[in-house]
Amino acid sequence: MKKKLSFLERAAAVPHMVWAIMFIVAPLLFVAYFAFTDANGSFTLSNIELLSSYSHIFLVSICFSLVATFCCLLIGYPLAFVISRSKPSTQKLLTVLLMLPMWISLLIRTYSLMTLLDNGGLVNSLLTALGFEPVTMVGTGGAVILGMIYDFLPYMVLPIYTSMQKMDHRYLEAAADLGCNSFQTMFRVVLPLTAPGILSGITMVFVPSISTFYISQKLGGGNFDLIGDTIERQFKYPSTYHVGAALSLVMMILILISVAVMNRFSDQEGEMIV
Amino acid sequence: MKILSRTYMWLVFALLYAPILVLVVFSFNEGGSLSSYTGFSFRWYGELFRDSVALQSLKNSLFLAVGSATLATVIGTFAALGLDRMRNRYVKGAVNAVTNIPMMNPDIVTGVSMMLLFVALAGILNISDILGRWTMLIAHTTFSLPYVILSVLPRFRQFDKSLREAALDLGCTPAQSFFKVELPQILPGVISGFIMGFTLSLDDFVISHFVSSPDFQTLPLYIYNQTAHNVKYSMYALCTLIIVAILALLLLVNFAGGIGDRTKRRKEAVK
Amino acid sequence: MNNTLIKLRSIEKSFDGEQVLCGIDLDIHDKEFVTLLGPSGCGKTTTLRIIGGFETPDVGDVYFDGERINDLPPHKRQVNTVFQKYALFPHLNVYDNVAFGLRVQKVKEDEIQERVREMLTMTGLKGFESRRPATLSGGQQQRVAIARALINRPRVLLLDEPLGALDLKLRKDMQNELKRIQHATGITFIYVTHDQEEALSMSDTVVVMANGRIQQIGTPTDIYNEPVNAFVADFIGESNILDGVMLCDNKARFAAHTFDCVDGGFAKNEAVDVVIRPEDVDVVPVEKGMLSGTVSGVTFKGDYYEIIVDVCGFKWMIETSDYVAPEQKIGLYIEPDAIHIMKKSEYSGKFGDYSTFSEEMDHLSDPDTEASENEEETLLS
Repeated sequence: MKKKLSFLERAAAVPHMVWAIMFIVAPLLFVAYFAFTDANGSFTLSNIELLSSYSHIFLVSICFSLVATFCCLLIGYPLAFVISRSKPSTQKLLTVLLMLPMWISLLIRTYSLMTLLDNGGLVNSLLTALGFEPVTMVGTGGAVILGMIYDFLPYMVLPIYTSMQKMDHRYLEAAADLGCNSFQTMFRVVLPLTAPGILSGITMVFVPSISTFYISQKLGGGNFDLIGDTIERQFKYPSTYHVGAALSLVMMILILISVAVMNRFSDQEGEMIV
Repeated sequence: MKILSRTYMWLVFALLYAPILVLVVFSFNEGGSLSSYTGFSFRWYGELFRDSVALQSLKNSLFLAVGSATLATVIGTFAALGLDRMRNRYVKGAVNAVTNIPMMNPDIVTGVSMMLLFVALAGILNISDILGRWTMLIAHTTFSLPYVILSVLPRFRQFDKSLREAALDLGCTPAQSFFKVELPQILPGVISGFIMGFTLSLDDFVISHFVSSPDFQTLPLYIYNQTAHNVKYSMYALCTLIIVAILALLLLVNFAGGIGDRTKRRKEAVK
Repeated sequence: MNNTLIKLRSIEKSFDGEQVLCGIDLDIHDKEFVTLLGPSGCGKTTTLRIIGGFETPDVGDVYFDGERINDLPPHKRQVNTVFQKYALFPHLNVYDNVAFGLRVQKVKEDEIQERVREMLTMTGLKGFESRRPATLSGGQQQRVAIARALINRPRVLLLDEPLGALDLKLRKDMQNELKRIQHATGITFIYVTHDQEEALSMSDTVVVMANGRIQQIGTPTDIYNEPVNAFVADFIGESNILDGVMLCDNKARFAAHTFDCVDGGFAKNEAVDVVIRPEDVDVVPVEKGMLSGTVSGVTFKGDYYEIIVDVCGFKWMIETSDYVAPEQKIGLYIEPDAIHIMKKSEYSGKFGDYSTFSEEMDHLSDPDTEASENEEETLLS
């Protein structure tokens, strides 16, 4: 009786394993399959070779995402610090405020930002009312980056905030005791101790930024093709599935490698924390 | 210094909320403009409720959210049980690694990969339009699964194994001890897993975009299609309603004891 | 030894409306080993944190070397702290932890190397340079914390229950170690503890605190032999504390008997507290005793017996090397110099009768409540 049960218990993961093979592993194999075949199903490298013509798109995407990630870090780190230093009751409210945008659909947030920045939008109406020339914002690279920052900032702040909250405040006192002023405390103690949070924040902003297509469609006004847009367009018609698959494959590998590298860092940091 | 940092914080929050607030305010705008507010009215809400496509999308979204969350919770809870009892480290590691793939992969790759699977299946099975309700259900269940497992598995790990022995000692059969002692302790994790799955499904756009068809729309897909062209102002009303619903849910969840921190889970998963 | 280094003047401090310190006056001399001793919540940690600069007093002044330093931030004070749970930086190894203060001061790297090596040798940490704090034992972490503070050559070292997390054997070793280091460096130590034995064996001066007030300041022998009130008498070692009346100089009446004693200077017939240490009472045959009573409990303590004797309803605790059977009638004899007379205080009548078997003692010296109390104190900041 007991044996049978413990066997059943261990077998409980089987449905999930079957599901994972069918709907996680198999789809990825299909991506690889499509990337290396042509419309007739025969093996070819032409899809991969074709990617070189997309190299500038990769470059632009990577640049935009890097800038957006860096800005998020620059804005988010002090914000996380201020939140973590406020009263516990206020902190709870502030984290809810921070999480609320994360739960509101990205579409709605991006779209609302666009309506604000649009030529006939509120910002330009304000500028005109104040006697300035209206500024075209939607359709510029700056707007796309701004959209990324706006959409993903909370994803940077939250993990950093969590790691700051976990940090024992005695370390701050110890640093002050040993002669650090606030800046020295920041760079010698707080920054290294919150490194895991920073790394996970960077991952959580960079990955969706580099793969987005809605932000660039709306705020870029179609002037900026990012990897996401390019992939999305390939899957509108069956004839270009193969190129799309090749693009996806490359992007996935790039991202998985960078995430793995980041994790190496954050694992080491993690050991230090423990 | 303190005043400076406070100002900075509220400034960032203000910028974070400004676009959303503008959207909410203008959803009550009498006229159809985003630059001038001409008067308070529920006009766009009325129009929204007469929009049968929007209502159908809402129904579809709810069907999907409930269906995929239930499916993911059942499969995921059993999977967590199995993973907790499993002794082979390598199998365990492999299952964990595969489970986490949808969490680490960009959504667009997950969506594309599933679409290719379905398209290829359609070719093999000779079905003309495979994409729709059922492919959506499969996709949503798949990306919810890791979150469910991640919220249930720690509960199994934290469960004090001596409690089970105590139950056996007091005369429970192994099955009784599981249902009477272990399950109640796991339950909060199961519930928060379900809520995670539910909200993720409601919120998902990117993956749905690839595995759905025009005749099975969810709310995010409806919003996407609306914003692709000239926007009907009832969209603002819809967005406002969604924001209000999320706010209510978030408050509820927070008061119910801090379930559902998406980032934390994602972060743990990435590790 | 005699120049005053730190002066606290009528310090008051409250957290969330709860007064933690009320009117602390304290002088600390150069090269002195001072211990702040008291039960949980007595304000000793807060006093230390005020000296360290982590708290500012609501009322009162802190002077360092004659200068008022109330508003001087911690990093500008010539004071270093060994924190309660060490607070070693987890992202740095032992060497970098110890070198931390010098690096902040931008000392040259080769001088740092020399001083760190010297410090690690003194604290017995040679060979641990590249270890992370988390991989060290409690005692080793303790040494790193001390080395990290001392390397900055502070005028004063503050130690907040530094041995609280160590087991008994290690505590004894570290007590000697700390004394040795203090002698070797000649730095003023201010030491916070709730352990009276630790305080008596290590300090030049003991400051006994309770309820946010200083009860007594003195050498360990003074504190033990001449407690000023019932609280001190009870907190430092075991005591029998009785109500008495001072008939005149050198004559005290208590337990329905008039005793010769060596105290004086009280008003005629003034009500007083009388303290008699358990080891100062001699057990004699009934007919030779000044008092007589029935043995109600005997506990073997290794090198002595602890017996509880009921004398007309008041239970005395007595330490004796000879076995006495329970229910036996015995006489008690007390030498005049074993009788200590104290003025009545707010603590009178709260301690000293062993009929309750001193629950309050257990509570006061419970290290766990102490630790969590300090936790709270620091959290409040």
